[in-house]
Amino acid sequence: MNTPKDFVAGLDSDARKTPRRIAFITKRTSPQVRVKDEERVMTYPEVFFRAAVAIEVLAITLVVVALLWDAPLEGLADPMHTPNPAKAPWYFLGLQEMLHYFPPVVAGVLVPGLVVMALIVIPYFNINIEAEGIWVRDKAKRLRIFGVVVVVFCVFLAVFRVWVALVPTVIVAAFMYLAAQAEPQSSTGFRRWLVRKPLSFWIMTWFLFELVVLTAVGTFFRGPGWSWVLPWRA
Amino acid sequence: MANTLDQLIDQVRENRIWRSIFRGGTGDSNLHKSLLVQQNVFLHLFSIKARKRTLEFSATWYLGALTFGTFMILVITGVLLMLYYHPSVPQAYADMKDLQYVVSSGVFLRNLHRWSAHAMVFLVFAHMFKVFYRGAYRTPREFNWVIGVILLLLTLLLSYTGYLLPWDQLAYWAVTVGSNIASAVPLIGAKIRFLMLGGTAVNANALLRFYVLHCVILPLAAILFLAVHFWRIRKDGGIYAGDHSSEVSNQ
Repeated sequence: MNTPKDFVAGLDSDARKTPRRIAFITKRTSPQVRVKDEERVMTYPEVFFRAAVAIEVLAITLVVVALLWDAPLEGLADPMHTPNPAKAPWYFLGLQEMLHYFPPVVAGVLVPGLVVMALIVIPYFNINIEAEGIWVRDKAKRLRIFGVVVVVFCVFLAVFRVWVALVPTVIVAAFMYLAAQAEPQSSTGFRRWLVRKPLSFWIMTWFLFELVVLTAVGTFFRGPGWSWVLPWRA
Repeated sequence: MANTLDQLIDQVRENRIWRSIFRGGTGDSNLHKSLLVQQNVFLHLFSIKARKRTLEFSATWYLGALTFGTFMILVITGVLLMLYYHPSVPQAYADMKDLQYVVSSGVFLRNLHRWSAHAMVFLVFAHMFKVFYRGAYRTPREFNWVIGVILLLLTLLLSYTGYLLPWDQLAYWAVTVGSNIASAVPLIGAKIRFLMLGGTAVNANALLRFYVLHCVILPLAAILFLAVHFWRIRKDGGIYAGDHSSEVSNQ
Protein backbone atom coordinates (compact mmCIF):
# COMPACT_ATOMS: atom_id res chain seq x y z
CA MET A 1 0.00 0.00 0.00
CA ASN A 2 2.86 2.37 0.74
CA THR A 3 4.69 1.97 -2.53
CA PRO A 4 5.35 5.40 -3.96
CA LYS A 5 3.36 6.41 -7.00
CA ASP A 6 5.34 6.25 -10.21
CA PHE A 7 2.79 8.25 -12.15
CA VAL A 8 0.96 11.50 -11.95
CA ALA A 9 -2.73 11.54 -12.72
CA GLY A 10 -3.72 14.35 -15.05
CA LEU A 11 -6.52 15.27 -17.39
CA ASP A 12 -5.75 15.96 -21.02
CA SER A 13 -7.27 15.19 -24.37
CA ASP A 14 -4.19 15.84 -26.50
CA ALA A 15 -2.54 12.52 -27.26
CA ARG A 16 0.65 14.16 -28.51
CA LYS A 17 1.26 15.91 -25.20
CA THR A 18 0.22 13.16 -22.81
CA PRO A 19 0.56 9.79 -24.50
CA ARG A 20 0.17 7.82 -21.26
CA ARG A 21 -3.37 7.17 -20.17
CA ILE A 22 -5.08 5.63 -17.20
CA ALA A 23 -8.36 3.86 -17.69
CA PHE A 24 -10.88 4.41 -14.93
CA ILE A 25 -13.30 1.54 -14.61
CA THR A 26 -16.59 3.13 -13.63
CA LYS A 27 -19.42 1.21 -12.03
CA ARG A 28 -21.42 0.22 -15.05
CA THR A 29 -18.64 -1.03 -17.29
CA SER A 30 -16.94 -4.35 -16.86
CA PRO A 31 -13.15 -4.69 -16.77
CA GLN A 32 -13.53 -8.26 -17.98
CA VAL A 33 -11.78 -8.96 -21.25
CA ARG A 34 -14.45 -9.98 -23.73
CA VAL A 35 -12.19 -10.98 -26.56
CA LYS A 36 -9.83 -13.86 -26.10
CA ASP A 37 -6.99 -14.55 -28.48
CA GLU A 38 -7.96 -17.34 -30.75
CA GLU A 39 -6.14 -19.15 -33.46
CA ARG A 40 -6.06 -17.30 -36.75
CA VAL A 41 -4.80 -18.37 -40.14
CA MET A 42 -3.69 -16.35 -43.15
CA THR A 43 -6.47 -15.73 -45.67
CA TYR A 44 -3.92 -16.46 -48.40
CA PRO A 45 -3.46 -19.36 -48.83
CA GLU A 46 -5.70 -21.05 -46.21
CA VAL A 47 -9.11 -19.49 -46.94
CA PHE A 48 -8.70 -18.99 -50.68
CA PHE A 49 -7.41 -22.52 -51.14
CA ARG A 50 -10.36 -24.08 -49.32
CA ALA A 51 -12.90 -21.91 -51.15
CA ALA A 52 -11.24 -22.81 -54.46
CA VAL A 53 -11.46 -26.53 -53.68
CA ALA A 54 -15.14 -26.18 -52.74
CA ILE A 55 -15.89 -24.28 -55.97
CA GLU A 56 -13.94 -26.81 -58.06
CA VAL A 57 -15.93 -29.72 -56.61
CA LEU A 58 -19.14 -27.80 -57.38
CA ALA A 59 -17.97 -27.00 -60.93
CA ILE A 60 -17.09 -30.64 -61.63
CA THR A 61 -20.47 -31.77 -60.28
CA LEU A 62 -22.32 -29.26 -62.45
CA VAL A 63 -20.27 -30.22 -65.54
CA VAL A 64 -21.17 -33.89 -64.99
CA VAL A 65 -24.84 -32.97 -64.57
CA ALA A 66 -24.70 -30.83 -67.74
CA LEU A 67 -23.15 -33.72 -69.67
CA LEU A 68 -25.76 -36.22 -68.49
CA TRP A 69 -29.01 -34.24 -68.59
CA ASP A 70 -30.21 -31.83 -71.23
CA ALA A 71 -31.95 -28.58 -70.34
CA PRO A 72 -35.63 -28.69 -71.34
CA LEU A 73 -36.63 -27.07 -74.63
CA GLU A 74 -40.21 -27.22 -75.82
CA GLY A 75 -41.79 -26.00 -79.04
CA LEU A 76 -41.70 -22.37 -80.22
CA ALA A 77 -43.68 -20.01 -77.97
CA ASP A 78 -47.30 -19.90 -79.12
CA PRO A 79 -49.61 -17.31 -77.49
CA MET A 80 -52.62 -19.09 -79.02
CA HIS A 81 -51.95 -22.40 -77.32
CA THR A 82 -51.91 -22.49 -73.51
CA PRO A 83 -50.32 -25.60 -72.01
CA ASN A 84 -52.27 -27.17 -69.15
CA PRO A 85 -51.01 -26.64 -66.51
CA ALA A 86 -48.91 -23.53 -67.22
CA LYS A 87 -46.29 -23.57 -64.50
CA ALA A 88 -43.91 -20.88 -63.25
CA PRO A 89 -40.23 -21.75 -62.51
CA TRP A 90 -39.94 -24.21 -59.61
CA TYR A 91 -38.95 -21.59 -57.00
CA PHE A 92 -42.24 -19.74 -57.63
CA LEU A 93 -44.42 -22.86 -57.52
CA GLY A 94 -45.02 -22.41 -53.79
CA LEU A 95 -46.57 -19.04 -54.66
CA GLN A 96 -48.50 -20.53 -57.56
CA GLU A 97 -49.84 -23.24 -55.25
CA MET A 98 -51.14 -20.49 -52.92
CA LEU A 99 -52.71 -18.66 -55.89
CA HIS A 100 -54.85 -21.76 -56.24
CA TYR A 101 -56.49 -20.99 -52.86
CA PHE A 102 -56.30 -17.24 -52.37
CA PRO A 103 -56.95 -14.21 -54.60
CA PRO A 104 -53.82 -12.93 -56.45
CA VAL A 105 -53.60 -9.80 -54.31
CA VAL A 106 -53.14 -11.99 -51.22
CA ALA A 107 -51.07 -14.90 -52.54
CA GLY A 108 -49.09 -12.98 -55.15
CA VAL A 109 -48.51 -9.60 -53.52
CA LEU A 110 -49.32 -9.51 -49.81
CA VAL A 111 -47.71 -12.80 -48.71
CA PRO A 112 -44.41 -12.44 -50.66
CA GLY A 113 -44.21 -8.79 -49.60
CA LEU A 114 -44.66 -9.74 -45.95
CA VAL A 115 -42.09 -12.54 -46.25
CA VAL A 116 -39.46 -10.15 -47.65
CA MET A 117 -40.25 -7.56 -44.96
CA ALA A 118 -40.05 -10.22 -42.24
CA LEU A 119 -36.68 -11.44 -43.54
CA ILE A 120 -35.26 -7.91 -43.58
CA VAL A 121 -36.31 -7.04 -40.03
CA ILE A 122 -35.10 -10.29 -38.41
CA PRO A 123 -31.76 -8.90 -37.11
CA TYR A 124 -33.35 -5.68 -35.83
CA PHE A 125 -35.53 -7.31 -33.17
CA ASN A 126 -33.92 -7.80 -29.80
CA ILE A 127 -36.04 -10.87 -29.22
CA ASN A 128 -34.12 -12.51 -32.08
CA ILE A 129 -30.77 -11.34 -30.74
CA GLU A 130 -31.29 -12.61 -27.20
CA ALA A 131 -32.79 -15.81 -28.59
CA GLU A 132 -34.20 -17.04 -25.30
CA GLY A 133 -36.18 -20.26 -25.36
CA ILE A 134 -39.81 -19.38 -26.00
CA TRP A 135 -41.17 -21.33 -23.00
CA VAL A 136 -38.48 -20.31 -20.51
CA ARG A 137 -40.53 -17.47 -18.96
CA ASP A 138 -44.30 -16.81 -18.62
CA LYS A 139 -45.04 -20.29 -19.84
CA ALA A 140 -48.76 -20.35 -18.95
CA LYS A 141 -49.50 -16.99 -20.57
CA ARG A 142 -47.46 -17.77 -23.66
CA LEU A 143 -49.15 -21.16 -24.02
CA ARG A 144 -52.56 -19.45 -24.03
CA ILE A 145 -51.48 -16.98 -26.75
CA PHE A 146 -49.86 -19.81 -28.72
CA GLY A 147 -53.05 -21.90 -28.49
CA VAL A 148 -55.28 -19.07 -29.71
CA VAL A 149 -52.96 -18.17 -32.61
CA VAL A 150 -52.59 -21.77 -33.78
CA VAL A 151 -56.34 -22.53 -33.57
CA VAL A 152 -57.35 -19.33 -35.39
CA PHE A 153 -54.76 -19.88 -38.11
CA CYS A 154 -55.69 -23.55 -38.57
CA VAL A 155 -59.41 -22.70 -38.80
CA PHE A 156 -58.54 -20.03 -41.39
CA LEU A 157 -56.57 -22.56 -43.48
CA ALA A 158 -59.33 -25.15 -43.10
CA VAL A 159 -62.03 -22.70 -44.25
CA PHE A 160 -60.04 -22.11 -47.45
CA ARG A 161 -59.29 -25.87 -47.63
CA VAL A 162 -55.52 -25.28 -47.76
CA TRP A 163 -54.67 -28.75 -46.47
CA VAL A 164 -51.12 -28.64 -47.87
CA ALA A 165 -50.35 -25.64 -45.65
CA LEU A 166 -52.39 -26.91 -42.69
CA VAL A 167 -50.44 -30.15 -42.27
CA PRO A 168 -46.98 -28.54 -41.82
CA THR A 169 -48.54 -25.96 -39.47
CA VAL A 170 -50.02 -28.68 -37.25
CA ILE A 171 -46.74 -30.63 -37.21
CA VAL A 172 -44.65 -27.58 -36.22
CA ALA A 173 -47.25 -26.60 -33.60
CA ALA A 174 -47.08 -30.14 -32.18
CA PHE A 175 -43.32 -29.87 -31.78
CA MET A 176 -43.71 -26.45 -30.13
CA TYR A 177 -46.18 -27.99 -27.69
CA LEU A 178 -43.73 -30.83 -27.05
CA ALA A 179 -41.05 -28.21 -26.34
CA ALA A 180 -43.40 -26.56 -23.83
CA GLN A 181 -43.83 -29.87 -22.00
CA ALA A 182 -40.08 -30.50 -21.86
CA GLU A 183 -37.85 -29.15 -19.09
CA PRO A 184 -34.29 -27.82 -19.41
CA GLN A 185 -33.27 -30.86 -17.35
CA SER A 186 -35.12 -33.37 -19.54
CA SER A 187 -33.59 -36.80 -19.88
CA THR A 188 -33.34 -36.90 -23.66
CA GLY A 189 -30.99 -34.55 -25.54
CA PHE A 190 -33.65 -33.85 -28.15
CA ARG A 191 -36.04 -32.41 -25.53
CA ARG A 192 -33.31 -30.27 -23.97
CA TRP A 193 -32.54 -29.04 -27.50
CA LEU A 194 -36.22 -28.25 -28.17
CA VAL A 195 -36.70 -26.31 -24.97
CA ARG A 196 -33.89 -23.87 -25.79
CA LYS A 197 -35.39 -22.85 -29.13
CA PRO A 198 -36.61 -19.22 -29.39
CA LEU A 199 -39.72 -17.98 -31.17
CA SER A 200 -37.75 -16.90 -34.27
CA PHE A 201 -36.48 -20.47 -34.67
CA TRP A 202 -40.04 -21.81 -34.69
CA ILE A 203 -41.32 -19.22 -37.15
CA MET A 204 -38.42 -19.73 -39.53
CA THR A 205 -38.70 -23.53 -39.31
CA TRP A 206 -42.41 -23.30 -40.03
CA PHE A 207 -41.66 -21.02 -43.02
CA LEU A 208 -38.98 -23.41 -44.34
CA PHE A 209 -41.32 -26.39 -43.91
CA GLU A 210 -44.17 -24.61 -45.75
CA LEU A 211 -41.78 -23.48 -48.49
CA VAL A 212 -40.53 -27.02 -49.10
CA VAL A 213 -44.00 -28.64 -48.95
CA LEU A 214 -45.76 -26.04 -51.14
CA THR A 215 -42.92 -26.04 -53.71
CA ALA A 216 -42.82 -29.84 -53.82
CA VAL A 217 -46.61 -30.06 -54.20
CA GLY A 218 -46.62 -27.41 -56.95
CA THR A 219 -43.75 -29.11 -58.77
CA PHE A 220 -44.66 -32.79 -58.56
CA PHE A 221 -48.30 -33.17 -57.57
CA ARG A 222 -50.13 -30.71 -59.80
CA GLY A 223 -51.50 -31.61 -63.22
CA PRO A 224 -54.11 -30.28 -65.68
CA GLY A 225 -56.35 -27.61 -64.17
CA TRP A 226 -54.06 -27.60 -61.10
CA SER A 227 -55.70 -30.89 -60.06
CA TRP A 228 -53.95 -33.30 -57.72
CA VAL A 229 -51.89 -35.91 -59.60
CA LEU A 230 -49.36 -38.48 -58.49
CA PRO A 231 -46.01 -37.97 -60.25
CA TRP A 232 -45.39 -41.71 -60.73
CA ARG A 233 -48.76 -42.11 -62.52
CA ALA A 234 -48.30 -39.19 -64.93
CA MET B 1 12.46 -31.95 -59.52
CA ALA B 2 10.42 -30.17 -56.87
CA ASN B 3 13.41 -27.96 -56.13
CA THR B 4 13.92 -26.90 -59.71
CA LEU B 5 10.20 -26.14 -59.98
CA ASP B 6 10.32 -24.03 -56.84
CA GLN B 7 13.39 -22.22 -58.18
CA LEU B 8 11.64 -21.60 -61.47
CA ILE B 9 8.55 -20.21 -59.72
CA ASP B 10 10.76 -18.00 -57.57
CA GLN B 11 12.57 -16.75 -60.66
CA VAL B 12 9.27 -15.85 -62.29
CA ARG B 13 8.12 -14.03 -59.18
CA GLU B 14 11.39 -12.14 -58.88
CA ASN B 15 11.04 -11.07 -62.49
CA ARG B 16 10.72 -7.35 -63.09
CA ILE B 17 7.52 -7.70 -65.12
CA TRP B 18 5.89 -9.89 -62.47
CA ARG B 19 6.92 -7.42 -59.78
CA SER B 20 5.41 -4.57 -61.77
CA ILE B 21 2.04 -6.35 -61.83
CA PHE B 22 1.89 -7.86 -58.34
CA ARG B 23 3.10 -5.29 -55.88
CA GLY B 24 3.51 -7.68 -52.95
CA GLY B 25 6.70 -9.32 -54.21
CA THR B 26 7.90 -12.79 -53.32
CA GLY B 27 8.41 -14.71 -50.15
CA ASP B 28 6.69 -17.05 -47.76
CA SER B 29 6.55 -14.69 -44.78
CA ASN B 30 3.24 -13.63 -43.30
CA LEU B 31 4.04 -10.11 -44.45
CA HIS B 32 4.09 -11.24 -48.06
CA LYS B 33 0.93 -13.28 -47.60
CA SER B 34 -0.73 -10.22 -46.10
CA LEU B 35 0.44 -7.92 -48.88
CA LEU B 36 -0.89 -10.33 -51.49
CA VAL B 37 -4.41 -9.86 -50.11
CA GLN B 38 -4.14 -6.27 -49.00
CA GLN B 39 -2.62 -4.87 -52.18
CA ASN B 40 -4.96 -6.51 -54.64
CA VAL B 41 -8.01 -4.51 -55.64
CA PHE B 42 -10.28 -7.59 -55.64
CA LEU B 43 -8.80 -9.59 -52.77
CA HIS B 44 -8.64 -6.64 -50.41
CA LEU B 45 -12.38 -7.06 -49.91
CA PHE B 46 -11.32 -9.90 -47.61
CA SER B 47 -9.46 -9.69 -44.33
CA ILE B 48 -5.82 -10.76 -44.10
CA LYS B 49 -6.44 -13.32 -41.41
CA ALA B 50 -9.41 -15.48 -40.52
CA ARG B 51 -10.35 -17.26 -37.35
CA LYS B 52 -9.56 -20.94 -37.79
CA ARG B 53 -12.87 -22.07 -36.30
CA THR B 54 -14.80 -20.29 -39.07
CA LEU B 55 -13.09 -22.44 -41.71
CA GLU B 56 -14.48 -25.70 -40.39
CA PHE B 57 -16.96 -27.29 -42.77
CA SER B 58 -19.69 -27.42 -40.15
CA ALA B 59 -19.52 -23.65 -39.61
CA THR B 60 -20.74 -22.57 -43.04
CA TRP B 61 -20.92 -25.70 -45.23
CA TYR B 62 -19.13 -23.31 -47.62
CA LEU B 63 -22.56 -22.32 -48.94
CA GLY B 64 -21.60 -18.69 -49.54
CA ALA B 65 -18.47 -19.67 -51.48
CA LEU B 66 -20.46 -22.23 -53.47
CA THR B 67 -23.13 -19.66 -54.34
CA PHE B 68 -20.39 -17.34 -55.58
CA GLY B 69 -18.98 -20.29 -57.55
CA THR B 70 -22.28 -20.80 -59.38
CA PHE B 71 -22.41 -17.07 -60.07
CA MET B 72 -18.97 -17.18 -61.70
CA ILE B 73 -19.91 -20.21 -63.81
CA LEU B 74 -23.08 -18.37 -64.87
CA VAL B 75 -21.18 -15.24 -65.89
CA ILE B 76 -18.69 -17.22 -67.98
CA THR B 77 -21.25 -19.50 -69.68
CA GLY B 78 -23.66 -16.58 -70.00
CA VAL B 79 -21.17 -14.40 -71.89
CA LEU B 80 -20.41 -17.31 -74.23
CA LEU B 81 -24.15 -17.91 -74.80
CA MET B 82 -24.59 -14.21 -75.65
CA LEU B 83 -22.33 -14.76 -78.68
CA TYR B 84 -24.95 -17.08 -80.18
CA TYR B 85 -28.15 -15.35 -79.12
CA HIS B 86 -30.41 -12.71 -80.66
CA PRO B 87 -33.12 -11.28 -78.40
CA SER B 88 -35.75 -11.17 -81.13
CA VAL B 89 -38.83 -13.16 -82.06
CA PRO B 90 -38.67 -15.85 -83.39
CA GLN B 91 -34.87 -15.80 -83.92
CA ALA B 92 -34.28 -16.45 -80.18
CA TYR B 93 -35.85 -19.89 -80.51
CA ALA B 94 -33.92 -20.62 -83.72
CA ASP B 95 -30.74 -19.80 -81.77
CA MET B 96 -31.67 -22.47 -79.22
CA LYS B 97 -31.94 -24.95 -82.08
CA ASP B 98 -28.59 -23.75 -83.42
CA LEU B 99 -27.03 -24.32 -80.01
CA GLN B 100 -28.44 -27.81 -80.16
CA TYR B 101 -27.40 -28.79 -83.69
CA VAL B 102 -24.86 -26.29 -85.07
CA VAL B 103 -22.68 -24.77 -82.33
CA SER B 104 -19.85 -26.96 -81.01
CA SER B 105 -20.67 -27.92 -77.40
CA GLY B 106 -23.70 -25.62 -77.66
CA VAL B 107 -25.95 -28.04 -75.78
CA PHE B 108 -23.34 -28.45 -73.06
CA LEU B 109 -23.00 -24.68 -72.70
CA ARG B 110 -26.76 -24.20 -72.33
CA ASN B 111 -27.08 -27.19 -69.99
CA LEU B 112 -24.32 -25.88 -67.73
CA HIS B 113 -25.89 -22.41 -67.64
CA ARG B 114 -29.36 -23.76 -66.88
CA TRP B 115 -28.38 -26.25 -64.18
CA SER B 116 -26.02 -23.74 -62.56
CA ALA B 117 -28.86 -21.22 -62.44
CA HIS B 118 -31.08 -23.73 -60.61
CA ALA B 119 -28.16 -24.59 -58.31
CA MET B 120 -27.61 -20.91 -57.53
CA VAL B 121 -31.25 -20.35 -56.51
CA PHE B 122 -31.10 -23.43 -54.29
CA LEU B 123 -27.73 -22.48 -52.77
CA VAL B 124 -28.84 -18.91 -52.03
CA PHE B 125 -31.80 -20.25 -50.04
CA ALA B 126 -29.61 -22.83 -48.31
CA HIS B 127 -27.04 -20.13 -47.43
CA MET B 128 -29.78 -17.93 -45.97
CA PHE B 129 -31.24 -20.67 -43.77
CA LYS B 130 -27.77 -21.76 -42.62
CA VAL B 131 -26.91 -18.18 -41.62
CA PHE B 132 -30.24 -17.87 -39.81
CA TYR B 133 -29.93 -21.10 -37.83
CA ARG B 134 -26.41 -20.19 -36.71
CA GLY B 135 -27.63 -16.79 -35.56
CA ALA B 136 -24.98 -15.13 -37.71
CA TYR B 137 -27.30 -12.21 -38.52
CA ARG B 138 -26.74 -10.70 -35.05
CA THR B 139 -25.06 -7.38 -34.37
CA PRO B 140 -22.85 -6.15 -36.01
CA ARG B 141 -23.89 -8.19 -39.03
CA GLU B 142 -27.52 -6.97 -39.34
CA PHE B 143 -26.93 -4.94 -42.46
CA ASN B 144 -25.02 -7.71 -44.20
CA TRP B 145 -28.09 -9.90 -43.65
CA VAL B 146 -30.21 -7.21 -45.35
CA ILE B 147 -27.77 -7.11 -48.28
CA GLY B 148 -28.11 -10.89 -48.38
CA VAL B 149 -31.91 -10.56 -48.70
CA ILE B 150 -31.38 -8.10 -51.59
CA LEU B 151 -29.01 -10.61 -53.24
CA LEU B 152 -31.66 -13.32 -52.81
CA LEU B 153 -34.21 -11.15 -54.64
CA LEU B 154 -31.65 -10.30 -57.36
CA THR B 155 -30.93 -14.01 -57.82
CA LEU B 156 -34.63 -14.80 -58.22
CA LEU B 157 -35.03 -11.94 -60.71
CA LEU B 158 -31.95 -13.04 -62.65
CA SER B 159 -33.27 -16.57 -62.87
CA TYR B 160 -36.78 -15.42 -63.77
CA THR B 161 -35.65 -13.02 -66.55
CA GLY B 162 -33.39 -15.72 -67.96
CA TYR B 163 -36.30 -18.14 -68.03
CA LEU B 164 -37.97 -16.23 -70.91
CA LEU B 165 -34.95 -16.04 -73.19
CA PRO B 166 -35.23 -19.47 -74.95
CA TRP B 167 -38.67 -18.29 -76.19
CA ASP B 168 -40.21 -21.76 -76.09
CA GLN B 169 -43.60 -22.73 -74.68
CA LEU B 170 -42.14 -23.39 -71.22
CA ALA B 171 -40.52 -19.93 -71.12
CA TYR B 172 -43.47 -18.06 -72.57
CA TRP B 173 -46.13 -19.43 -70.23
CA ALA B 174 -43.99 -19.39 -67.09
CA VAL B 175 -43.38 -15.69 -67.61
CA THR B 176 -47.04 -15.12 -68.47
CA VAL B 177 -48.03 -16.71 -65.14
CA GLY B 178 -45.48 -14.55 -63.31
CA SER B 179 -46.41 -11.29 -64.98
CA ASN B 180 -50.10 -11.90 -64.21
CA ILE B 181 -49.16 -11.95 -60.50
CA ALA B 182 -47.56 -8.51 -60.95
CA SER B 183 -50.88 -7.15 -62.26
CA ALA B 184 -52.54 -8.13 -58.96
CA VAL B 185 -50.77 -5.28 -57.15
CA PRO B 186 -53.52 -2.86 -56.05
CA LEU B 187 -54.01 0.35 -58.10
CA ILE B 188 -50.74 0.25 -60.07
CA GLY B 189 -50.70 -3.48 -60.99
CA ALA B 190 -51.52 -2.99 -64.67
CA LYS B 191 -48.92 -0.22 -64.95
CA ILE B 192 -46.22 -2.40 -63.35
CA ARG B 193 -47.04 -5.19 -65.76
CA PHE B 194 -46.88 -2.81 -68.72
CA LEU B 195 -43.52 -1.47 -67.55
CA MET B 196 -42.20 -4.99 -67.05
CA LEU B 197 -43.32 -6.34 -70.43
CA GLY B 198 -43.17 -3.22 -72.59
CA GLY B 199 -46.73 -3.98 -73.66
CA THR B 200 -49.93 -5.64 -72.53
CA ALA B 201 -48.77 -9.21 -73.24
CA VAL B 202 -45.53 -11.18 -73.33
CA ASN B 203 -44.15 -10.30 -76.77
CA ALA B 204 -40.97 -9.20 -78.56
CA ASN B 205 -40.68 -6.08 -76.38
CA ALA B 206 -40.83 -8.21 -73.25
CA LEU B 207 -38.10 -10.46 -74.61
CA LEU B 208 -35.84 -7.46 -75.23
CA ARG B 209 -36.51 -6.01 -71.78
CA PHE B 210 -35.86 -9.32 -70.06
CA TYR B 211 -32.67 -9.71 -72.12
CA VAL B 212 -31.31 -6.31 -71.07
CA LEU B 213 -32.27 -6.95 -67.44
CA HIS B 214 -30.77 -10.43 -67.51
CA CYS B 215 -27.49 -9.60 -69.23
CA VAL B 216 -26.72 -6.06 -68.06
CA ILE B 217 -28.75 -4.46 -65.28
CA LEU B 218 -29.27 -7.35 -62.84
CA PRO B 219 -25.73 -8.84 -63.13
CA LEU B 220 -24.20 -5.40 -62.52
CA ALA B 221 -26.46 -4.89 -59.51
CA ALA B 222 -25.58 -8.37 -58.22
CA ILE B 223 -21.82 -7.73 -58.59
CA LEU B 224 -22.20 -4.40 -56.76
CA PHE B 225 -24.06 -5.92 -53.83
CA LEU B 226 -21.76 -8.97 -53.81
CA ALA B 227 -18.76 -6.68 -53.38
CA VAL B 228 -20.45 -4.93 -50.43
CA HIS B 229 -21.52 -8.32 -49.01
CA PHE B 230 -17.92 -9.63 -49.04
CA TRP B 231 -16.45 -6.36 -47.78
CA ARG B 232 -18.92 -6.29 -44.89
CA ILE B 233 -17.77 -9.76 -43.77
CA ARG B 234 -14.33 -8.22 -43.17
CA LYS B 235 -15.69 -5.04 -41.63
CA ASP B 236 -18.07 -6.90 -39.30
CA GLY B 237 -15.25 -8.96 -37.80
CA GLY B 238 -14.95 -11.93 -40.13
CA ILE B 239 -17.26 -14.89 -40.51
CA TYR B 240 -19.41 -15.51 -37.43
CA ALA B 241 -17.64 -18.03 -35.21
CA GLY B 242 -20.76 -19.24 -33.45
CA ASP B 243 -19.82 -17.89 -30.04
CA HIS B 244 -21.68 -14.67 -29.46
CA SER B 245 -19.95 -13.64 -26.23
CA SER B 246 -16.45 -13.67 -27.74
CA GLU B 247 -17.33 -11.42 -30.60
CA VAL B 248 -15.32 -8.35 -31.54
CA SER B 249 -17.80 -5.55 -31.85
CA ASN B 250 -15.82 -3.19 -34.04
CA GLN B 251 -13.06 -3.67 -36.55
